[in-house]
Amino acid sequence: MTDLPNDRSLEKYRRMLRIRHFEDRAEAIHAAGEIPGALHTYAGQEASGVGACIALRTDDYMVGTHRSHGHPIAKGAKLRPLMAELLGKATGICKGKGGSMHLSDFSIGSLGETSIVGSGIPVAAGAALGSKLQGNDRVALCFFGDGATNEGAFHEGMNLAAVWKLPAIFVCENNGYAVSTPAHSAVPVKDIAERAKAYAMPAIIVDGQDVDAVEAAVTEAVERARTGGGPTLVETKTYRYADHAVNMGRILLDRGDEVDEWRKRDPLTLYRARLTEAGVAAATLDTMEQEVADEVADALQFARDSAYPEQAEAFDDVFVDRLPIPDYLTA
Amino acid sequence: MTKATYLEAIRQAQHEEMSRDARVFIMGEDIICNVFGTTTGFVDAFGVERVRDTPISENGFIGAAAGASMVGMRPIVDATIASFLYPAMDQIMSIIAKSRYIYGGQASLPLVIRTCLFYGNSNAAQHSDRPYSMFMNVPGLKIMVPSNAYDMKGMLKAAIRDDDPVLCFEDSTCWTSKSDMPDDPDFIIPLGKGEIKREGTDISVIAVAGAVPLALKAAEVLAKEGISIEVVDPRSLVPLDKPLILKSVRKTGRAITVDPAHQTCSAASEISALIVEQAFDALRGPVLRVATADTHLPFSPAIEKALYPTVDRIVAAARTLVGAAQPVSA
Repeated sequence: MTDLPNDRSLEKYRRMLRIRHFEDRAEAIHAAGEIPGALHTYAGQEASGVGACIALRTDDYMVGTHRSHGHPIAKGAKLRPLMAELLGKATGICKGKGGSMHLSDFSIGSLGETSIVGSGIPVAAGAALGSKLQGNDRVALCFFGDGATNEGAFHEGMNLAAVWKLPAIFVCENNGYAVSTPAHSAVPVKDIAERAKAYAMPAIIVDGQDVDAVEAAVTEAVERARTGGGPTLVETKTYRYADHAVNMGRILLDRGDEVDEWRKRDPLTLYRARLTEAGVAAATLDTMEQEVADEVADALQFARDSAYPEQAEAFDDVFVDRLPIPDYLTA
Repeated sequence: MTKATYLEAIRQAQHEEMSRDARVFIMGEDIICNVFGTTTGFVDAFGVERVRDTPISENGFIGAAAGASMVGMRPIVDATIASFLYPAMDQIMSIIAKSRYIYGGQASLPLVIRTCLFYGNSNAAQHSDRPYSMFMNVPGLKIMVPSNAYDMKGMLKAAIRDDDPVLCFEDSTCWTSKSDMPDDPDFIIPLGKGEIKREGTDISVIAVAGAVPLALKAAEVLAKEGISIEVVDPRSLVPLDKPLILKSVRKTGRAITVDPAHQTCSAASEISALIVEQAFDALRGPVLRVATADTHLPFSPAIEKALYPTVDRIVAAARTLVGAAQPVSA
């Protein structure tokens, strides 16, 4: 466990708070119709994302998933462009062309939050290969869920990283469900970590509700990767409180009192207790929470004040050069 | 000026670009043993870090090329045979084609995927595909289909220097054809620039990849009958040199599109639609397609070869078209 309290501990708490507040606000305005499309929330998994990302340097790479709000915030992204993206605005991090499933901020090392399950894993292996070929010591960390580990992309990416000893860290955020399908009915091994054996890859299982534990596990993996020791699979045991996506209706099987049980080990509650025990004043934490709430409110105001993209923008960034705009849009 | 084959042109283009730019590297299955002769001497020249044999895992290593390109490398992936792109469709379609767009221009993917159109040699349906037109249906991928060694070298060098992802389809029926090759290390043919391979006045034959040499042979046959064929080679399908095609059709008033792909939704179909939409007033007859029938390719040579475009089929289409020609009203 890291020493408490210190700036790093407070930063972990701040980033978890940012994710929770950002999503709570997003969910509310989504329900009010202000955010189009689907919204896949990360609530419950904050310690996994923050613990993993805090173990990285800013210039390390990170690839995430369709549950894409938590990862960039955990890596240190600014909130304004993220919220503007949710609203489909031109000031959005992806200029309004990615939306909720693709909040990817390249300025903090993120290389994509991809919404095809498992598809980020080969990309992360390739980013790690890029580091190796360039002779730098950057590592590439990839988040994915338990469901992704049944995809070919997982096995191909793990295999490639293992045979080439790439500086990659594969973080499986095992939240127990692939959309509505429980992991126990789709994964024949007890722990995802067992799958690393097939690639002679070290694996670590960690309590995904404990941000310090996740940080410690990922730090070990990062050190191995950075010093030429190759990839590691880290499995964080975690849980998402919401359904797969908040506008898809009740597609999850009845989880009984499971959600309430997991909420008893809410990562923010646990960490606040730990910080308090270590002597951080409640007022300090309350102030931080208010600051974060203000930050989210500011981001939402910025998003609301921003313009939507021009129609012509639909033809930009398909290639380096903008495509011609068809007549039916210019007439 | 020395002559080089189509395969040698690929080797030269890669060698020159890897020598010029340390960010360029090549990977794929069996690169080091050099299956088709496009990486001869590469390990000695560039070492095993930049000349990488991959596990058989097309989705994995084509996706890895995407990741490497996003962090500043310029990968060339040798995917050996075109059908091997299918296991990698996820990475090609969802990551490589869309990342620049979906992340609002933050991502850049300067990579080349090379693969061979390996048809006409009794290799049965799973090894005989010509799938470039499938990839034309998704935005974000540049697609080159060179028909001779000269074009191959100039375009592949352009592709390696291009900041967009490029699929390079290499027609095995052109492998042994030779061209005079310029010595200029910066010899480049930009993607999107087609070429008139033969001037003519009666019919524009717009031919794709290995169909270009067939169209040129058909033009010889037809010239003896007094039918003058203009052979148009788009050289790349995305971007497509629409002005060149339309200008030729406006000159001749007739068009045949020839394409080794399956006919339905082929490149020939798209080019035909372009002509009908934008040069209908110049047409003196229907636009005809000479493509491969919509069946799988059989193993038996007795029934395989006739399914592809042939010189005879192009000649027959031209005769039909001239015979059916209607004068343009004044």
